[in-house]
Amino acid sequence: MKKLLVLSGKGGTGKTTVAAAFIDFSHARAFADCDVDAPNLHLVQSVDGPVERSDFSGSQKARVDSHLCVGCGRCVVHCRFDAIHLVGTKASVKEFACEGCGVCVEVCPAQAVSLAEDVSGTTTLYRGGRIFSTAELKMGRGNSGKLVSTVKRTLVDTVKRAGESSVPLCVIDGSPGIGCPVIASMSGVDLVLVVAEPSLSGLSDLRRLFDTATMFGTKMAVCINKFDISDGLTGSIEHFCEEHDVPFVGKIPYDRHAVAAVNAGVSLAYADCPASKALRTIYDRTMLLL
Amino acid sequence: MKISVVSGKGGTGKTFVAVNLAVTAQDAVYMDCDVEEPNGRLFLKPNVTRELPVHILVPHIDSVRCTGCRKCVSFCRFNALAMVKGKPILFPEICHSCGGCSLVCPVGAISERPLQVGAVQLGYVGSGKETRPSLRIVTGVLSIGKVSAVPVVKATLDAGAALSYDDAQADVASQMVSVIDCPPGSGCSVLESVAGSDFCLMVVEPTAFGFHNFRMIEQIPKQLGIPCAVVINKDGEPYAPLEAYCAEHSVPILARIPYREDLTEILSEGTLAVKADRELARLFEQLLRAIVDGGEA
Repeated sequence: MKKLLVLSGKGGTGKTTVAAAFIDFSHARAFADCDVDAPNLHLVQSVDGPVERSDFSGSQKARVDSHLCVGCGRCVVHCRFDAIHLVGTKASVKEFACEGCGVCVEVCPAQAVSLAEDVSGTTTLYRGGRIFSTAELKMGRGNSGKLVSTVKRTLVDTVKRAGESSVPLCVIDGSPGIGCPVIASMSGVDLVLVVAEPSLSGLSDLRRLFDTATMFGTKMAVCINKFDISDGLTGSIEHFCEEHDVPFVGKIPYDRHAVAAVNAGVSLAYADCPASKALRTIYDRTMLLL
Repeated sequence: MKISVVSGKGGTGKTFVAVNLAVTAQDAVYMDCDVEEPNGRLFLKPNVTRELPVHILVPHIDSVRCTGCRKCVSFCRFNALAMVKGKPILFPEICHSCGGCSLVCPVGAISERPLQVGAVQLGYVGSGKETRPSLRIVTGVLSIGKVSAVPVVKATLDAGAALSYDDAQADVASQMVSVIDCPPGSGCSVLESVAGSDFCLMVVEPTAFGFHNFRMIEQIPKQLGIPCAVVINKDGEPYAPLEAYCAEHSVPILARIPYREDLTEILSEGTLAVKADRELARLFEQLLRAIVDGGEA
């Protein structure tokens, strides 16, 4: 099974639009949404059949037993995350700041601090006709990297159980940026397709994403969305790709149909519009690289 | 007054709103906390005067002293230490810098050393000949391949706070506007950026994607008890569920920024909207006034 990951560096360039169209073009029987901070793929890929939802616990958080706490403040001094404070004569944990490292548990002379599992998100797996693995991070939580890895592992495991030979390709929608969730989503994929945007921001983010992919040895290809916004920057992106030997697989024009399709909850694959035609070409070229 | 600018979905126009708001406020500090992709500087083109490295502390193991007792490895809840051939080795990229390993080592074999994960750039907008710079720019930049955005976000906020008090008396400082350009999403680094602000401005795109992510991000200011409002960007056809939700939950919509096909090209090339278009300049003045007045009321 080949794994194609769609990324963008900059947000809002059209990752999900491209991923959704690719899923329909390829009749992909397995896909995942790794943008756990802002998952949207389910809005344009409806899936039927049985659903499994589970709580995701990426870490633990400290808890203070106020009956045992002697108010010595050792935990406060040792916490690197500013997550524990004395309120009156008792230690109290700031849940958002706590990273669950356990230093407070270690230094407490009264065994008043313990660690408890913290639910930081929900994973959802659809496994009817098509396998769709997605998740949603609870507001303000860390661990998005771990949740991303879980979403991917769930997808791969479910495909394996279903018989891998029946699923030649899976499409993974990624998250913006270059940090923790992106690095987690990159591991083990066969190709990253970057949806770039012809703006100064888009170009700057493409550069940073390219450096990241290079560092982790991940193969990459680039397409441009809304290429007609700026001819100059579209040229700069194509030039960048040429210079760095990154396969350039095509350009999508700005197309009002894209918004209409999103709001109607469908992908652009079956729409009769210029963006859909361009996407088809990009899809064909990308498949040759896999 | 510190205004944080957020959007769940990427690319809705956070940076667009944040930089234009900062330029409109003039005497202001702009902090770019989108450290994975800091782009405010592309529009504001600051003169960068200083760059401060951001470090975290990671363990350094003295292999001569180490007895291979494994206490550090079993303590580390992030699996950043592993035993290889009887000695612990470190995976610095997953180290959370909690200091626990050096704490539990019975023979003092673990010390801590700084590891650079990013930088904060300080600069200003202007020719440098003015008596005092009007707009100060603080940009957090995460190093390539590093996962820990939060320390860089924190350093950016600290540097920004220091700049806002530097040359102002306390009463002036409270009136001065700081604009915090937050990362996309709704994770830990967004929370960190919003937590210290007095007002949270949520940039929303009137689409099904935009609305879904808005519902996720909206919980952050609510939970933190920070007053908040919506700006609709790329406004065209009203998206009925968004309008209904804002009305029902009394979330004020402070501005609607139209989608302007005539401006996309120059904006994509780094031009500031408030300098390019009178109508948008007026819109941002009204928006800033609505936030400042609303925040004081």
